[in-house]
Amino acid sequence: MSLAYYPGCTLKTRARNLEKPAVASMEALGFKLDEVPRWNCCGAVYSLADDDLIHRVAPVRNLIRVKKQGKTELVTLCAFCLNTLKRANLLMKEDVEKRDTLNDFIDEGIDYSGEVKVVHLLEVLRDDIGWEALSQKVKLPLRELKAAPYYGCTLLRPREVAIDDVEDPTILREFLKALGASPVDFPESTRCCGSYQVISSPDDIAEYARPILNSALSHGAEAMVLTCPLCDYNLGQGQKELAKKQSGFREMPLLYFTQLLALALGLGPQVCHFELNHGSPESLLKEKNLLSQSRSVQPIGG
Amino acid sequence: MSTKKKSKNPAKTAVKEKRQIAAKLTPIYIMGKRYEVPEGLTIMKAMEYAGYILIRGCGCRGGTCGACGTVYRKPGDYKLQVALACQKTVEPDMYIAQIPFFPANRALYDFAGLTAAPEEVFKLYPEMFRCVACNSCTKACPQGIEVMDAISALKQGNIAGAAQLSFDCIQCGLCTSRCFGELAQYHMFQLARRIYGARIVPRAEHLAEMVKAVNEGKYDRFLDELKRAKEDELKKLYQEREVEPMTAGEDWKPKDTRYL
Repeated sequence: MSLAYYPGCTLKTRARNLEKPAVASMEALGFKLDEVPRWNCCGAVYSLADDDLIHRVAPVRNLIRVKKQGKTELVTLCAFCLNTLKRANLLMKEDVEKRDTLNDFIDEGIDYSGEVKVVHLLEVLRDDIGWEALSQKVKLPLRELKAAPYYGCTLLRPREVAIDDVEDPTILREFLKALGASPVDFPESTRCCGSYQVISSPDDIAEYARPILNSALSHGAEAMVLTCPLCDYNLGQGQKELAKKQSGFREMPLLYFTQLLALALGLGPQVCHFELNHGSPESLLKEKNLLSQSRSVQPIGG
Repeated sequence: MSTKKKSKNPAKTAVKEKRQIAAKLTPIYIMGKRYEVPEGLTIMKAMEYAGYILIRGCGCRGGTCGACGTVYRKPGDYKLQVALACQKTVEPDMYIAQIPFFPANRALYDFAGLTAAPEEVFKLYPEMFRCVACNSCTKACPQGIEVMDAISALKQGNIAGAAQLSFDCIQCGLCTSRCFGELAQYHMFQLARRIYGARIVPRAEHLAEMVKAVNEGKYDRFLDELKRAKEDELKKLYQEREVEPMTAGEDWKPKDTRYL
């Protein structure tokens, strides 16, 4: 089965370790992630100024390309892309006046009114495949891996675009359970990593990361599980700063959820690009015997 | 009567008619001033007809140098049109302004030290991330390049893609003149094509081998034979040489393989 797929710019450069294992895993599960033809930047940040329509053009143009592709659902991997695309989609669905202005300006030959459903890959795993079916495909259960699911902001806020319960999300916990890991709940799992604030105040990066990492560590986490390249950057750079400032501070391996998916499906470390990760996760994964080479996987439904 | 008159001096009549056709004038506006210029002239020739002496912004006059970027509007059409002045013929009532040069910062770099890593391009041209995907650049390109797609390719680290999409770029700068995000697209593409050519396209390994063979004297004997040949003999050799057919595949070889 082919799914329209929006990668996002960072996944093609710095965050190839988020994309590559996802594409391989979905193929192993019987789904082809089919890139939207001629996709452009998602807009990066959803502008909060109500009349700032020029910054809605990029996400809406992508959604029009999905419609042109003949698809009705769009899968994203990056939490930030999900957020900008989904919010722009809501605008096109609900605000007739702005929709007309945008359609006229974008000038792609067809009009768009929010027909495409924007989803995150975690939702495909939960709603289309199901945790039970996913767990049956696991070849290498992530036993004894104490992983802290970190949501950050953009999967859950604002409420209208949340992929799960805003206050008490469980989707990453359920995902980790299906892979056989031991999810570690911690109260800071939805606290902001600093987002783009670190560009204007780079010195604050460690202070944004500190409470999140400390909380996960004190609850017994061995690794943190992420969905967003910006969270990865901020927490990764933040903990490097903390290690310099604070004697005894130990850097924590940061992993993308897709890397754990690929390992659990038996696809091996070669699709995971761990060389791009923060906190050198390989020694931990080796210790847990999770870095064995690939094995064949039976696709779901065939 | 008229027939008689015509047959009397047909050549003169024809010349007269031709002159009348050539004199048909069309109104255009150059920088807001109305001129009547002969139909069928290019914008560039029309400007010269109107009295402008062009010493800049008129490079090759053949559509390849990118020096004569021009914008124009026509009455009743809200859209700005673009053209190369040396290629586009005048249309009635067009309002013309030339943009022979558009200020755009070009990054300084030591090419020898550049790799094909996308981050190097990001560092040299960080403004690329100001692109809002408005597509005005694409609409402004007289070469029909998908400028916005090429910028997207660069942002995605796809230098080869940007180089290929921008292959027809003549660096006129009209994309840059229309950019909401202040990008200098044409300079970025030039860098992409340089990196693509020097760092990404596979080297022609067989070329080095061939140069080595030449230097080692593999062809000396054959060249000496040619040098000694009489004129008739040379002509015969030339006329009877085996030519690779147009439809030859990659594995085509001549019957005589002595020179391979």
